[in-house]
Amino acid sequence: MTAISRPLSDTSLRRTGADWKGLAFHGVLLGALLVSLLILFTLIADVVSRGLPVLAERGTDFLTAPTSSRPARAGVAQGIFGTLMMAVFVAIVAFPVGIMTAIYMEEYAADNRLTRFINVNIRNLAGVPSVVYGLLGLAIFVIALKDVTGGRSMIAGGVTLAVLVLPIVIITSAEAIRAVPRGLREAGFGIGASRWEVTRLLVIPQAAPGILTGTVLALSRALGETAPLILAGAVLGGFSTGSKEFVEQLFGRYTTLPVTIFDWARRPQADFRELTAAAIIVLLVVTLLANAIAILLRNRYERVG
Amino acid sequence: MTNSGPSTDRPLSVSLVGSAARRRRERLVKVLFLSAALVSVVISALIVVSLIGGAVDFVSKIIPAQLLEDGWYPRRDEFGLLTLLAGSLLVTGIALLLAVPIGLMSALFLAEYAGPRTRGMVKPVLEILAGVPSVVLGFFALTWISPEVVQLIDPSASDFNLMAAGLGVGILTIPLVASISEDAMRAVPASLREASYGLGARRITTSLRVVVPAALSGIVAAVILGISRAIGETMVVAVAAGGSGGSQFTIDPFEQGQTITAAMASLAAGTDQVAGSNVAYQSLFFLGLLLFIMTFALNQLGDVFVRRTRQQY
Repeated sequence: MTAISRPLSDTSLRRTGADWKGLAFHGVLLGALLVSLLILFTLIADVVSRGLPVLAERGTDFLTAPTSSRPARAGVAQGIFGTLMMAVFVAIVAFPVGIMTAIYMEEYAADNRLTRFINVNIRNLAGVPSVVYGLLGLAIFVIALKDVTGGRSMIAGGVTLAVLVLPIVIITSAEAIRAVPRGLREAGFGIGASRWEVTRLLVIPQAAPGILTGTVLALSRALGETAPLILAGAVLGGFSTGSKEFVEQLFGRYTTLPVTIFDWARRPQADFRELTAAAIIVLLVVTLLANAIAILLRNRYERVG
Repeated sequence: MTNSGPSTDRPLSVSLVGSAARRRRERLVKVLFLSAALVSVVISALIVVSLIGGAVDFVSKIIPAQLLEDGWYPRRDEFGLLTLLAGSLLVTGIALLLAVPIGLMSALFLAEYAGPRTRGMVKPVLEILAGVPSVVLGFFALTWISPEVVQLIDPSASDFNLMAAGLGVGILTIPLVASISEDAMRAVPASLREASYGLGARRITTSLRVVVPAALSGIVAAVILGISRAIGETMVVAVAAGGSGGSQFTIDPFEQGQTITAAMASLAAGTDQVAGSNVAYQSLFFLGLLLFIMTFALNQLGDVFVRRTRQQY
């Protein structure tokens, strides 16, 4: 037994000296992550420092005034109204269709060619750039269906955005439904429930928080979209909504917060820079709030599930 | 079959099928859900049909020489496609130079170094960044990145420039690259790491020699899908790269320029009269089709690599 006569102490296995290379690598990786944090911080600081004075000076007038070519009078009232209406369209068009599609794909569809085709198709739709959806909106909702939508109208824009976020709603809802344990369904079928009863009474309640997260994320994505609406006819520049009835406005000219921001950002006057930043603050409050809610919901849901 | 007892002499088959009303409702629900699922197929068909229709109209109205002009000025009937392709390539390239290293390193940190608590604090930052509307990033690129970063490198750079736009697009691409490659790294089985640690490897060695090679397909997928995202990004470029109304051919990132997407936004935003039957209007659909084909091909390729990671483990 002379081979192991040397004592196998701890120290012979331990590296000597500090692991500088490892520490440096750790530091570099952390630094990369901090870049994103720094960018986000700089962005918010830049926008707030430019825009806050406008908000402070104008107060609620900025939120209630219509767009104008004169910076001192321009406001985001029409943008806020348009953005809220876009949210309504997404909620009443994309949410039901998206969630029903997800239920079909997860609970009803047999594993056949049609199902696989629909599945591939949804995944492809999710990867189409948003500006291309704008062309769809322009060709179909603005021009081909002019008699129904009233051309370059709020309805045309709202439906375009609903179509744009539909794949996101489907994919996130399907994931939430897939996460429901099989045993729950089997228990339901075992006591004689039909498929719809199992879906409605057992699967949907269980998947609801996940579905909700997905829909909120889709909503916040829709609220921030600009390019598809520019193509599908949102108004850049001023227009009057004056004393129009609500229904007239639905079929009439419209703008949204992001479109207003784009319009102002490309104007040369320096005053509009500050105004743009102020409008961005309003938009960020809306979209980041929606995002934060989605993230909180998801974290809570993951902990439970 | 003989009855085993008096209690089951009633035939069971009738009660198991259920009432006709219940079966009708089941069928109705299924048909309803199937038609919802078919909506997405209809949408795809409409996208393809409207793009091809408009693009064919466009191609039939121009002569090929117009596509080879030295600039993109649709209202002057100059459709120099190379101008836009060069712009898109430049912006995408700059975006990737920022997004790929930052995204991959962030992913490696989140997958290999961060504990659950750090992860819980840091991951939302990337998610919030992903949720910033692109027009906001465009404004940031124009008002901060351009003067504070780009003009620091090259003081003679134009206020609107492709470099600032590219960096802005890159910022938007970081979360996507990070999230896909992190998923791939986390999918690497723990046993591989344990084997590596068991051989006495340090964490840096395990990360770079075991986890990264094992997750390579997913990392490639992240880069490919990042390219697709960057090519399709519109508003950052439309706001920060200038060139509204048209652009001269350029490969200088410190100059104004246009990408395929920005040209579309600028065409639509320039005047409200673009919706008509003129050639400039139809060039929108030609560009849309081009963009659609490019991103579609990239997404398919990316999917192949994503699937490869899934099959491996």
